[in-house]
Amino acid sequence: MRASTASPLSHSALFTGFFQVGILGFGGVLPMARRMIVDERRWLSQTEFNELFSLCQSLPGANVTNLTAVLGMRHQGVTGAAAALAGLLAAPMVIIILLSDLYGRYGTLPPVRHGLAGLAAAAAGLLLGTAGKIALPVWKAWRNIGVSALVLALILALHLSLPLTMLLVLPLSLALAWRVTS
Amino acid sequence: MSLLLQLALLFGKLSLLAVGGANATVSEITRQVVTLRHWVTPEQFAQLYAISNAAPGPNVLISTIIGAQMAGIPGAVVATLAMVVPSCALAVVVSMGFERHRDASWRRVVQAALLPITAGLVLAAAIIVARQSDTGWLTVAITLVVAAATFRTKIHPLYLLGGGAALGLLFL
Repeated sequence: MRASTASPLSHSALFTGFFQVGILGFGGVLPMARRMIVDERRWLSQTEFNELFSLCQSLPGANVTNLTAVLGMRHQGVTGAAAALAGLLAAPMVIIILLSDLYGRYGTLPPVRHGLAGLAAAAAGLLLGTAGKIALPVWKAWRNIGVSALVLALILALHLSLPLTMLLVLPLSLALAWRVTS
Repeated sequence: MSLLLQLALLFGKLSLLAVGGANATVSEITRQVVTLRHWVTPEQFAQLYAISNAAPGPNVLISTIIGAQMAGIPGAVVATLAMVVPSCALAVVVSMGFERHRDASWRRVVQAALLPITAGLVLAAAIIVARQSDTGWLTVAITLVVAAATFRTKIHPLYLLGGGAALGLLFL
C-alpha cells in the first residue's frame, strides 16, 4: 500500500490535516478522517483508506488514532507520526482540559448537575446503541454469542480485570476463529 | 507512587488491551479509578465519560479527562500519551510488515477472534456506565431512547447528547 501523493507530505501538512479532523470530530473522528484524507486532500484513495482502516481496526487502540500514526510514519518517519498525532489530539485535549476545569468549578451547582445527569444518561445510551451495532453482525454465529457472553460474565459477574479477562478469552476465541476460517 | 506515574502505568497497560477501540477499556478504567482507587465516585465517572463524549476528538479522551481531573494539565498529557503511544507504535510496526504480505490469513483470524470480544467488552462498558448514570425513570428513559436512536437511525450523536442534557436540565 502506498500513499497516492507522489511526494511525501510535510510535517505541517500532516499536522494541519489532522488538526482539522480532531477539532471537527464531534461524536467520533472516523467520518471526518475519511473526508479529509480521501475526499478533500486525496492523500489516499477510497480503497487504500479502507485497507489501512481495516488493518488498524484489527489492532488494539483507537482506530483513527492508529491510522493517523501510520500515515504520519509513512511520510516523515517517527517525527511525522508525532506531528500527525499532535495535530489530531491538540484541539480535543485543550477542549477537554478546559471542560475538566469547568467541571471541577461548577460541576456541583444544581442546574449543571442536572444537565450533566441527562448528558451522562444519553452517553450511556450512545454506548449501548454502539454495542448493539457492533454485536448485530457478529452475533449471527452461536460461538460468537458464547464468547461475548463469557466476556460479560467475567467482567460483570466475577469482576475480573481486563488483562485477566483477555488472557482467558483470547486464546479460546482465537482457537474458535482459527477452526472456522481455515 | 506519584500520581503521574500511576496514570502512565494505568493507561499504558490499557492501550494494548483496547481491542476495537478505547470503549473496550471503559469497564477496566471504571474498576481502577472508581472501585479500586476511589479517585472519583460512580456518578462523577459517568459524567466525565459523558463530557469526553461530547467534546470533539477520538474516544481516547476518556483518559485525558481522568488525567486532567487527577493531576491537571500534566495529568491530561501523561494519561493521553500513555493511552495512545503503545497502540500507535504497534500499528506502525505491524503496518510496515503488512506491506510485504498484505493478504496474510492471520489478520482474518485475529479480526474474527476479536470482534465477539469487542462486542462483549463494549456491552459490559455500556451496562456499567448505564448503572452509574441511570438513577431514576427519566435517566433510564433517556438511555433507552438514545440507545434505540443510535442503533436504528443515523441521528448525529451530538443531538442525542444535547437532547439528554436539555431534558436533565428541565426535568431533573
